Amino acid sequence: MNPAPSIIFFTVASGAGYGLLFWLGLLRPLGQVPQGAGFGAAACGLALVLIMFGLLSSTAHLGRPERAWRALSQWRSSWLSREGVAAVATFAPAGLFFIAMIGGDEGLARPMGLLSAAGAAVTVYCTGMIYASLKPIRQWHHPLVTPGYLLFGAFSGAALLAMLAGFWGQAATPAAIAAVLGALAFALKRAYWASVDATPPVATAESATGLGFIGKVRPLDPPHTETNYLLREMAFRIGRAHAKRLRGIASLAGFAAPTVLLLLALLVGGVPGGILALAAAALALAGLLAERWLMFAEATHTVAIYYGMPERG
Amino acid sequence: MPDDGAATDRIIYSAPIGDEVKTTTCYMCACRCGIRVHLKDGRVRYIEGNPDHPVNKGVLCGKGSAGIMTQYSPARLQAPLKRVGPRGSGEYAEISWDEAMEIATGWLKHVRETDPKRLAFFTGRDQSQSLTGFWAAQFGTPNFAAHGGFCSVNMAAGGLYTIGGSFWEFGEPDWEHAKYLMIFGVAEDHDSNPIKTGLAALKKRGAKVVSVNPVRTGYSAVADEWVGIRPGTDGLFVMALIHELIRTDRVDGEFLVRYTNAPWLVVRNPGGADDGLFARDADGKPLAWDRARGAIPAETVDLSPVLVGEFTLPDGRRVQPAFHLMAERYLGAEYAPEAVAERCGLAADRIRRLAAEVADVAFNQPLTLDIPWTDVWGRKHETMVGRPVAFHAMRGISAHSNGFHTCRALHILQMLLGAVDTPGSWRYKSPFPRPIPPGPGPAGKTCAPNTPIAGNLLAFPHGPDDLLVDDAGNPLRIDHSFSWEAPLGLHGMMHSVIGHAEKEDPYRIDTLFMFMANMAWNSAMNPLETIRCLTAQDEDGDYVIPHVIYSDAYFSETVPYADLILPDTTYLERWDAISILDRPIGSSHGPGDAIRQPVVKPDRDVRPFQDVLIELGARLGLPAFVKEDGSPRFKDYPDYIVNHERTPGVGPLAGWRGADGTKKGVGEPNPDQLRRYIENGCFWRHHLSPEESYFKHANATYLANAKAMGMMGNANQVVLQIWSEPLQKFRLAAEGHGAKQPPEHLRERVRSYCDPLPFWYAPLEQQAHDTEPYPLSAVTQRPMAMYHSWGSMNAWLRQIHGSNKLYMSRARAETEGLAQDDWVWVESRNGRVKAQLSLMEGVNRDTVWTWNAIGKRAGAWMLSPGAAEAQRGFLLNHVISEWLPAQTGPRLANADPVTGQAAWYDLRVKVTKCAPEEAGVTDPFPTMLDPPPHMPEPPDMLRYNAGGQKP
Amino acid sequence: MTSLPEPKAGAKKLGLVIDLDTCVGCHACATNCKEWNTSGHMAPLPDRHPYSAGQEGVWFNRVHSYEAGEGEEGRTVHFPRSCLHCETPACVTVCPTGASYKRAEDGIVLVNTDMCIGCQLCAWACPYGAREFDDDAGVMKKCTLCVDRIYNETIPEDRRVPACVSTCPANARHFGDLGDPDSAVSKLVAERGGYELMPELGYKPVNRYLPPRRAPKADAGPAKEASPLPSQITNPLLRWVDKVLSR
Repeated sequence: MNPAPSIIFFTVASGAGYGLLFWLGLLRPLGQVPQGAGFGAAACGLALVLIMFGLLSSTAHLGRPERAWRALSQWRSSWLSREGVAAVATFAPAGLFFIAMIGGDEGLARPMGLLSAAGAAVTVYCTGMIYASLKPIRQWHHPLVTPGYLLFGAFSGAALLAMLAGFWGQAATPAAIAAVLGALAFALKRAYWASVDATPPVATAESATGLGFIGKVRPLDPPHTETNYLLREMAFRIGRAHAKRLRGIASLAGFAAPTVLLLLALLVGGVPGGILALAAAALALAGLLAERWLMFAEATHTVAIYYGMPERG
Repeated sequence: MPDDGAATDRIIYSAPIGDEVKTTTCYMCACRCGIRVHLKDGRVRYIEGNPDHPVNKGVLCGKGSAGIMTQYSPARLQAPLKRVGPRGSGEYAEISWDEAMEIATGWLKHVRETDPKRLAFFTGRDQSQSLTGFWAAQFGTPNFAAHGGFCSVNMAAGGLYTIGGSFWEFGEPDWEHAKYLMIFGVAEDHDSNPIKTGLAALKKRGAKVVSVNPVRTGYSAVADEWVGIRPGTDGLFVMALIHELIRTDRVDGEFLVRYTNAPWLVVRNPGGADDGLFARDADGKPLAWDRARGAIPAETVDLSPVLVGEFTLPDGRRVQPAFHLMAERYLGAEYAPEAVAERCGLAADRIRRLAAEVADVAFNQPLTLDIPWTDVWGRKHETMVGRPVAFHAMRGISAHSNGFHTCRALHILQMLLGAVDTPGSWRYKSPFPRPIPPGPGPAGKTCAPNTPIAGNLLAFPHGPDDLLVDDAGNPLRIDHSFSWEAPLGLHGMMHSVIGHAEKEDPYRIDTLFMFMANMAWNSAMNPLETIRCLTAQDEDGDYVIPHVIYSDAYFSETVPYADLILPDTTYLERWDAISILDRPIGSSHGPGDAIRQPVVKPDRDVRPFQDVLIELGARLGLPAFVKEDGSPRFKDYPDYIVNHERTPGVGPLAGWRGADGTKKGVGEPNPDQLRRYIENGCFWRHHLSPEESYFKHANATYLANAKAMGMMGNANQVVLQIWSEPLQKFRLAAEGHGAKQPPEHLRERVRSYCDPLPFWYAPLEQQAHDTEPYPLSAVTQRPMAMYHSWGSMNAWLRQIHGSNKLYMSRARAETEGLAQDDWVWVESRNGRVKAQLSLMEGVNRDTVWTWNAIGKRAGAWMLSPGAAEAQRGFLLNHVISEWLPAQTGPRLANADPVTGQAAWYDLRVKVTKCAPEEAGVTDPFPTMLDPPPHMPEPPDMLRYNAGGQKP
Repeated sequence: MTSLPEPKAGAKKLGLVIDLDTCVGCHACATNCKEWNTSGHMAPLPDRHPYSAGQEGVWFNRVHSYEAGEGEEGRTVHFPRSCLHCETPACVTVCPTGASYKRAEDGIVLVNTDMCIGCQLCAWACPYGAREFDDDAGVMKKCTLCVDRIYNETIPEDRRVPACVSTCPANARHFGDLGDPDSAVSKLVAERGGYELMPELGYKPVNRYLPPRRAPKADAGPAKEASPLPSQITNPLLRWVDKVLSR
C-alpha cells in the first residue's frame, strides 16, 4: 500500500495525542502526575494539538475535504465514521478537561479526564479497526493490528507524559508505564512481523483469476501500458533489504531505545530524567513514523495480483 | 442524519442518449462495420454498433468504440500547408485551399502535358480505390496502387488464381456450420468483428478451433489447440498435411472431378513450348481422360476421368492429369511429416494427428443441408452435402516471400477435402467467385501526354504478354509491379515506390502524390532509408523526387516530408462509398455495399480527400471529370458516387439503382440513391436464396443471377485450379519460349518461382544471407485495440498500448541469460533497434515478436516528446530491409517473387542485452518533429463529457 | 446508507457473466464502457496527460492478459475485470459518508458522487480493484452496471444491457439476474461451471466467470488409410488407377 505521508503523520500524531490524553485523564485523578494548572494545560494542550494536527493532516488525503463532515454519518457500519464520531465526541470532555484544569475545577476535571481517557481509547480502537477490517490486505486484517494501534498510542502518549512530567520532576509513574508499554510494543511488533511473515498470501494469481486449474498463471499484458491509480495506491512495493533495515530502526529506535531511556529516567529522576524522557518520546515518535510507514509499505493488496505483482516472487 | 446516498443519488434512468442519431460506416479500421453515432449539442455522445448491419450486427470492437477520441484528437491537421523550409524541417506556411489547389494543379498539369507516368499516385489504407484508380487511369499514369502490395496481395493472388476468391477479405468460414476450423496466421485485421463473432458462435456449438501461429494471443488464445509454428514454414506444414491425406487416401475424389482441374490433362513435353500447358481441343477446351472414351473435353457432363496415369493423345502428345502431377509432388519424401517437422518446429506425430483429425471431420462427419440446388450441368440435387472443415488465413501466410505458394497450397488442401464453398467449409463472400483469372491483364503498356489509359491499372495477367515491361524486359511501372520481378503484382508495390523513385529506376518521377499512408514511419520497411530517399537531392541541389503531395487527416510522421499538404477530414465528417467496385461489405450470404455520410461538421479548414481529387480531376480536364464544355462534371464526391457510371448501369453503389431505385447491381443512376442508403442505415445488401448459397463456383442459379447483377461477365463454372497454367506460361518464357522473356538476371528466378504447382522454399531473404548469426525469426502483429498509426493520437487507445515490448519465449530467454524487462538490441542484417523485453510461454521458441506501429517519432501526432510511444515504443521496421541482401545485378525488393508482396515476416534477428547505461530509451531515436502552425495545444487533463448528467 | 440492504429471498441480483473461453482481448468492453460512461451517470471519466507521458484515466473496465500453464499445453486468457457487484461489498460498509451504497431493488453497487469525500477507503476495501478514483473531481467512481442504460426507456428493449455487453463482439459478456436460478445467465453459469473470484474473502461477488473450456477431445484415431493398401502396392498413387470417379 502507498505510504501516504498525510495518513502516516495523522495516525502517529493523533495516536500519541490520544495516548497522552488517555494517561493524563487516568493518572491525574490518581495523583500520579503533577496536579497544577500549568502541567494540566501543557499536557492536555499538547494532546489536543497533536490530535488536531493529525486530523487536519488526514483531511489532506481526502479528495473533497470540504465535505469531511459527511464522514460522521455512517457510524453504524463504518469504522472510519466511528473514528470520526469518537474523535469529535472526545473533543467535548477533552475541552472541558482542559478548561477545568486551568480553572482549577477539580470536580469537573476528574470526570472529564476520565471521559477523555475513555474517548481516546475508543477513538484509537476505531482507528485500528479501520485497518483491521480490510480483508484484501492481510497485513492489516490481523488480530495484532488493533491492539498494536492501542498499544503504540498508549506507549507514545505515556512517553510524552513522562517527558512533560519530567519537566515538573514527577516522571516516575508515567515513565514506568511507558517503559513497560515500550517493552510490550517491542514484543508485539516482533510477534506481528513474525506472524505476517509466516502467513501465506490471501490469494495467488491462480486463485484470483480462477485459472489455476490450467497451470501456473503469469501476466502477459496489463490492461494499460502506463501506471494507474490502483497500481500507485495498492501495489507499492518495498525492497526486502530496505524493509529489514526499517524494521530494525522501528523496533530499536521506536521501542527498545525509548524503553531503555525511560528506565534510565526512572533511575536518575529529576530534570535529567525529564531530558531522558524527552529523548525517549522523540525517539518513540520517530520510530513510530517508521513503523507506520512500514505498516503501509509492507502491506499487500489483492488487486496487485491482477497486475502480476504477487507479494512474494 | 445527513442525506442517505441511495435516497439522494440523482439517477436519470431514461435520458435520451443524444438529441440526434445518424448511421454511417466505421473507419477505426478497415472492417467496415455499421455504426450509429449519437450526437448531443453537435458533439459525439456515443458510437455503437448498428444492430441491423450485416457486418457487425450491433457489436463494435475496442477501436470502433473509441472513435470519439479520434474525432476530437488534437493531431487533426487544421488547414492546407505549404513547405517553406527544407524537407523534413517542419517549416510550413498555412495557405488557402485556392492556393493549394492551384499549386497541385500546376505541378500535375505540367506532368500530364509532358509525361504522365512521372506522376506516382499511391494511396494507403484507402477505401475509395475505385475512384483513385480510375482517376489515375484518367490522368494517364500507370503508376497507381494502394497499400495491398505490402498487405495482402499474396493471399489475393494465391486465391484468385486458384479458387476465384480468397481468404481474408473475399471469403469466410461457414460460421454457422463448420465443425472444425483451422486458422493460419490470423490476427487482428479486417475482418475484425465478424471473426470474433464467428469464433464465439463456433465454440458455442462445440466445434474445434486450431490456430497455426507462432504467437498465442488474440484469436489464437481462444483456439482449442495452438500450433506454434515457426514463421515462414506454414507452407511446409500444409504440404505435409496434403502428403498425409493422399498417403492415407483421404481425398474427396468426387469433388476434385466435379469442381477442379484435377482431371485436366497437362502436356508433358520437357523443353517444348507447350510443356506444362493444358491439352485442349480445337475450341480451346481443356481435355480430360475418360475411362471409356479417352481424351474428351473435361467439361463433359458424364465424364468418368482417370486421375492417374500417362496417356498419349491422338496427335501423339504425352499427357498426364493435373491430379497425378500434384499427388506425385506431395507424396515426395520432402513433404513427409518427418521431413518437415524440425523446420516447422512441430512433431511429426502431431502433424499426422492433425491430418487425421481434419480427415475425420471431413469424411466421417459430412454435413447435409436439405436444400435443393442445380449445378452447372443442369442437374438437380436434393441436398447440399459439405465437408465441415473450414480454413482461414491472413497476414501470417501473406507477409512472406513464399506466401503466394503457401496460400495456393492451402487452397489445394481445401480442394482435396472437398471443402470449398460447401456446407461447413470456407465460403466465398459476394461478389466472389470470379473467373480465374478474374479479368483481363493490367492497363498501362503505353502512356501518352494528356491521354487517359483505358482499362484497369491493377488487373490480372494471364501470361507474359500481359506484363508491363519494355522490350528488354525492364519494368514500365515505377514500383516494378507486373514486371518479371513481380509478374502477379496485382496490388502494386507501394513499399518499393520511394526507393525506386530515388534511384530513378526505371525513370525519374516528378510528383509523388500520396494519401493516408505513413510512408515516413510505420508503413515503410526501413523508415529512415525511406526518409533519406524522400530528402535525397541531385547534384544541382534539387530533390530527386521534385514534388511530394500528401493528404492525411492527422499530423503523422510523413507530413513533414511533403511539399504540399492537403488536410483530409475524419471518417465522421465525410461521404464515402464502400463500393462493390472495390472492397464491398458482401458476405457469404450475398453482396452488399455501404456508404459513409458526414455526421459532424468539420471545425477546421479541411476537405474530404475524395472531393479534392474530383476537383483536381476537373481542374486538370480529365475527360471523365469534366463535361463537354470543360466545366466540372461532378460537384463533389457524393455527386460522383451517385452519377458516375464505370460501364453503363454500373456505378460505385449497387443498391437502389434505376430511376425509381428498384434495380440491383445494374441500372441507371438514381438521384435519390444516397437518401435510400441513409434510410437503410447506410448500407445495402442482397440476400442470396438458399439454393444459391453454396457451391457458387458451380451453382447454375447463383452464376446466372451473379451475371445478371453484373458481378460476373458470364455464368460459366469457375473451375478451381490445382495446376496453374498462367504460372506455367511465365515459366515457359523463362525457359526460352515466346516473344516476351525475362532478362537474364531474372530468368532462373522466374523459372523457379513461377511453378504451376505450389512448393515450399525458404524465404528469399533467408536464402540470400547467412542466417547463422541471426537465429530468431521476428514478426509483428496488430493489437486488437490499435489500427496502424491511427491509435496513438487517440487519448483512450494510447492508454491501452502506449509502448511495446519485444516478446520472447521464456525458456529461450533463460538459456540466453535474458530476463523480463531487460533492455535489448534487436539486430538484423539491416541494422539494430533497442527494445524492452517481455517473456511469455505462448510463442514459438525460435521467434520474437512485438505489436505493430506503437512506436512513434518524437513530436508526431501531437504527442509530447517524452511520451511513451517515442521513448519506449519501437518499430521493428527499422531492422527490416526493403531490398533483398546484396547481390549481383539490379537490386530486388524484399518481396514475394511472384506477387511482389512485401516480405515483412521473413526477418531474422539476434537479441542481445544492452549495456546498463543504454537502458531506458529506444534507438534509433530520430530528431523530434515540430508541429505545423496553429495546431491546438493538447490539454493536460481531458474531461470528455457530451451532455452527461453530472457534469 | 452504507449498511447493506436486508437480503431478501428472490431479490434481483443483476450482474455479468464473463466467458473467458471466447474473450479475445479486444478491449471493446473497456472503450465502449468508457465512451458511454464519460457522458453518463458518473460523467466524466477524466484522462490525465492524455497526449503526453504518463497517460492515465478512469476506466470501469480493464482487460488483463494472462498465460496459464506451460508451453504449448498452456493457454492465453484475456481477463476483463470490473465491479462484481458483490452481495456483501465491504466497499459499501466501510464508506463513512453513505455515498457508497448497494441498491435493494437490483443489487447494483453505486457511488453518490455528490456525497463522496474522496477518502478512498472503499478502494482499499475492494479486493478486485473495481474502484476508480477521479482525482480531478476528488471523488470515487465505479461501474454502474450502466444503470442509465438498462432501465432506459428511450433505448430499444433488447439493447437495454450494459454497454460492455451490447458491444462485445465475442459474445463473452452476458447480463442478467443471477438471483433467479431460471434466468439465462444463471443457467449458463450452471452449465459451464461459472465461478466467483476469490470467494474465500467472503464478498460474495454476483458476477461470474466462465472458465476456458478444455480442448474438445480429438476423436480421430491415429492416421489410418481409408482403404488399406495391398501390401505389394508401395506407391499410394496406384490406388487411383482403378478408382472409378464420376461427376
